[in-house]
Amino acid sequence: MKRELMKFLVFAAAVLTAPLFLKGGYIVNVLVFVGIYTILAVALNLLLGLAGQISLGQAAFFGLGAYISGVLTATHAANPWVAMVIAVIAVGAIAFVLGFPILKLKGHYLAMATLGMGIIVYIIFNETVDITGGPSGLSGIPNLSICGVVFNTDMKNYYLVWSFAMATILLSLNLSASRIGRALRAIHDSEVAARILGVNVRLLKVQIFTVSGIFSALAGSLYAHTVQFISPASFGFNVSIELLTMVIIGGLGSIYGSFLGAAILTLLPELFRTFQDYDIVVYGTVLIVMTMFMPGGIVRGVPLLARSLLVRVKAVRSSEKRV
Amino acid sequence: MLKIESMTKIFGGLTALQDVSFSISAGDITGIIGPNGAGKTTLFNVVTGIYDPTSGKVYYDGKDITGFSPEKLARLGLVRTFQGIELFGQMTVLENVMVGLHTKSQSGIIASALKLPAHLREERQIRERAISWLEFAGIADLAGMKAANLPFGKGRLLEIARAMAVEPRIILLDEPAAGLNSRETSDLALLIKRIKDAGITVALVEHDMELVMGICSRIVVLNLGHKLAEGTPRQIQEDEQVITAYLGEG
Repeated sequence: MKRELMKFLVFAAAVLTAPLFLKGGYIVNVLVFVGIYTILAVALNLLLGLAGQISLGQAAFFGLGAYISGVLTATHAANPWVAMVIAVIAVGAIAFVLGFPILKLKGHYLAMATLGMGIIVYIIFNETVDITGGPSGLSGIPNLSICGVVFNTDMKNYYLVWSFAMATILLSLNLSASRIGRALRAIHDSEVAARILGVNVRLLKVQIFTVSGIFSALAGSLYAHTVQFISPASFGFNVSIELLTMVIIGGLGSIYGSFLGAAILTLLPELFRTFQDYDIVVYGTVLIVMTMFMPGGIVRGVPLLARSLLVRVKAVRSSEKRV
Repeated sequence: MLKIESMTKIFGGLTALQDVSFSISAGDITGIIGPNGAGKTTLFNVVTGIYDPTSGKVYYDGKDITGFSPEKLARLGLVRTFQGIELFGQMTVLENVMVGLHTKSQSGIIASALKLPAHLREERQIRERAISWLEFAGIADLAGMKAANLPFGKGRLLEIARAMAVEPRIILLDEPAAGLNSRETSDLALLIKRIKDAGITVALVEHDMELVMGICSRIVVLNLGHKLAEGTPRQIQEDEQVITAYLGEG
């Protein structure tokens, strides 16, 4: 209990002070995106890591959050904060209603249904040109502001996005340690046993799907107001897959792992600029290597790997002594 | 307490249960026995809402519960265990039992995420009660262990402790002694007696005749989906039909 709190405080302190060492610039801009993707990865992890329910359509909720916020402010001149609240509530309601039929499905069928959901929403963004601007995107989205402070620089956006990311992480940590989190993990391990014990599996799955949708919409709204321009390409199928990769790299069920996954997958492309179009090959390789050697993700895999290396080193040393 | 009336279950062309009727009285330990393929587990699956019956009714305290979902039955006080043990393998022993207390607590998503004081108090209570159920089953020393790493016999005890945490009025045990050695089986017999002494009705499907004859006050014999006989252990042991079904025509 106390250890969890300490971990969170250390993490929070690191997030708070990181920009001081970086002296602003391009890297801070990248870290803003790490924050947004952390929220998205944590949201997917609640669904996939805790409850064991896959979604290949998370980008749909991300996009809906971004477009609802964007259209309300850029086209209808709404207050950005009001737009954000509306986006989050609306997407939560959509996820709740869609959740009942979709989450009746299991395994591959659930994957297909959520994939379909993602593709349909992507097509809607492209085709409703009058509302969304279609493939050429929607521009002129205003920044968020508090008491006259406008979040219009990378540094300000860093603190804005990361306040929300930290809140998401804290709420998710609490949730996974609670009776709800236990029930979700129980569903993951044995659905029939959970039902026998009186766990309302169907409702709980829909609820966590809704929470996942709400966090994703929040990330979408933040994205819209920090980047100030959105187009369907940012919310396509590849984004859903990237989120999945983040969660798996970081470790299923590990909230901090989702942050690591988001950080690695956002920073890698920056480092691998030289690979240009081959970055997708690098992703693929990373994913294959990870699932082969660290199926539990980085958070669980690294300590395990370190331990087994240590054992091997000791074994080698003792055999050397014998020689 | 539990009344099964003209229960029939047909899978495709296979009749697993044919017009089976019997009652389980409150406070009893009722054994359901029969050769392999007699329909014992199917009967449990129909009663506990895993399968829908083809025809027939199940009454619980006079109330028709036919086709109720497992989660609804749990809330009414009817739980079961599984032949192959269904544990939450990635969770600890203690957490497994804490899930059993799910229906005894009500913090929702928001209270849990915000760690509201009422939720924290409830979490403490859940933990304490879960520990006392582990003590009841005699496995409190294993609380921190991952359930998947438990030896089979202890896993069985955990599954029973977890079901007891629901505070059922009736518990159905599907072959609780399967895969246990004789020492573990006698521990199990003691645990089942403790459950009965706590005022909970027990029904078990079992192959271990020594266990069944030792603890059951009533026995129902199924054979090829039909009810063959019903009575006290002594009556069953002397029943010609039962002997024939088990040993074949002599």
